[in-house]
Amino acid sequence: MTSSTAVDRPTGPAPSGARGTKPRRSTSTSTIDSKRQWWGWLFVAPFTVVFVLFLIIPLSYAFWMSLHNKGLATGGESVFVGADNYVRAFTDPVFLEGLLRVAKFVAVMVPVQIGLALVCALVLDTLATRLSKASRLLIFVPYAVPAVIGALMWGFLYSPRFGPATDVFGLFGLTAPDFLSSSMIFASLVNIVTWQWVGYYMIIIYAALRTIDPSVYEAARIDGANGLQTALRIKVPMVSSSMVMVVVFSLIGTLQFFTEPTVLRSVAQGAIPSDYTPNMYAYSLAFSYSQFNYASTIAFALGIFVFIGSYIFLYVTRKQSGLK
Amino acid sequence: MTTDTQTSPTATRRPSRSGTGANGGRRIGSHAFLVLMALYFVVPLWFLVVGSTKSNSGLFVGSGGALWFNDEFSLVDNIRGLFEHQGGIYWIWLRNSFIYAFAGGVGATVLAVLAGYGLAKYHFRGRTAYFTVLLGSVMVPLTALTIPTFVLLSDIGLINTMWAVILPSLLSPIGVYLIRVYSQDAIPSEMLDAGRVDGAGELRLFFQVALPLLRPAIVTVLLLATVFSWNNFFLPLAVLRDTDLLPVTVGLNQWQALSNAGAGGEQVWNLIVTGAMVSIIPLIAAFLGLQKYWQGGLSLGSVK
Repeated sequence: MTSSTAVDRPTGPAPSGARGTKPRRSTSTSTIDSKRQWWGWLFVAPFTVVFVLFLIIPLSYAFWMSLHNKGLATGGESVFVGADNYVRAFTDPVFLEGLLRVAKFVAVMVPVQIGLALVCALVLDTLATRLSKASRLLIFVPYAVPAVIGALMWGFLYSPRFGPATDVFGLFGLTAPDFLSSSMIFASLVNIVTWQWVGYYMIIIYAALRTIDPSVYEAARIDGANGLQTALRIKVPMVSSSMVMVVVFSLIGTLQFFTEPTVLRSVAQGAIPSDYTPNMYAYSLAFSYSQFNYASTIAFALGIFVFIGSYIFLYVTRKQSGLK
Repeated sequence: MTTDTQTSPTATRRPSRSGTGANGGRRIGSHAFLVLMALYFVVPLWFLVVGSTKSNSGLFVGSGGALWFNDEFSLVDNIRGLFEHQGGIYWIWLRNSFIYAFAGGVGATVLAVLAGYGLAKYHFRGRTAYFTVLLGSVMVPLTALTIPTFVLLSDIGLINTMWAVILPSLLSPIGVYLIRVYSQDAIPSEMLDAGRVDGAGELRLFFQVALPLLRPAIVTVLLLATVFSWNNFFLPLAVLRDTDLLPVTVGLNQWQALSNAGAGGEQVWNLIVTGAMVSIIPLIAAFLGLQKYWQGGLSLGSVK
């Protein structure tokens, strides 16, 4: 990032060390500079206002709330309690269970989604037919469907009353499994999220594949590499920065898992409790039990996990992503 | 990984690569795989299309099964039902969704374009620190902000208003990041300097030089931000109480919960299916119509 910024600064302020040797560039340049600086801030200002109001302040406030308690016991006043809420959270089996559950979702969902997206992108990249173009669009379409609608729809499809499962399995003389039972719900949720996001990740990887100079493949072919070798040894490494990006998206999204299980809960109440994921737990603490301080603690603790998780991932893959 | 090729505004389309897989058998295999994939991604939507033509009872017992049309065709009845059920509240929800998506999408894009351009092309003091904070904020889970945002908005009396959904949706750090990365390469600083020498003001440079060059990135950010507000569920669920203010996603989810819990009269499965089908048409149409803009643009962020 820094390499390019240094290049295009024809009128930037001179480094302080060079001040003594600075020749004729006098007051006129520096007034232009300060005026230009001013313009920079002007362009950034509107976003900064929103950034402060809806990110910095809520985040700081969540942290502040997590250090206080308020309720009948404290006479409706906010009382500073230090790390008490965090101690409670990290000894709270419900929160820990939810955390473990989303960790399991990460372990299954991220590889499944990214793997499928990568295979689709690689296959699409070797074809240039009308059929492949059409399937590229069709695979992408679910991205345009809101997660709520996607989950509602899959709820219908899973349902033994509405869904095609009974008919389809019946064709083979089998009984359809109950997709909404506690033993199946994990897989059912993985399927919904996969369906929703693979197309988006695929398009990102595919677009990156299309930017590779084809002469590279020519060279590989002359060296005797077959299609699979080209894909694994040349294409995948060359799109690794896109891969890192989609993994981060998928990681952040999965840790915040909320929409799909919440929507599916109305048809699978037994299998999905109201505290299935940390986010659902925070929501029900806040809006069903009015425990806003503890809910903020859960949300903030989850946020720290997401931040640390993605930071570690980016650090480990800094070579691939180019974020050095 | 080089950045130049990916950010170049004139993404080049390469000639077809039929030479790569001359082997016919593998081509058939690849196509079969793609057809299978396409079926997996489209069949659920097909269920919605078919389902929207069925009556409430036809969804359970019909001549066509779950994936084909019944003998009776009730699409028109269902759409009429959407106008009649609870005084046609469905269309209010759909209108709300449009307002939220439009205001959130356009607003977030305008802010992102201004800030991204400013960060890329002006060397103001604190720029590097600003960009570092911005990059870090991309990793802050937005749902962690929902509960404190709710408390703060209720303190200033904005809860249960449209603003409670629109204002937080204006925040798109990833949009700023994308525009910043794109501007860096797509707008040559020499061009801006040449304009300055010719006496053009900074605003004029922005509107007449920068904006046209940024068009592909703007369309991409606009689509991403619009989809984000259109899809948002957690925030409206938390900050809205009035049924009249809900977006279609939260509204349909309520119908679903009522239909599952409630007795005969409240079970409106046919309206849920039809409502879901109608609500996804605009966005799918927008994506198909704007293909040539977003297909290259979605890979923008993969540049470092």
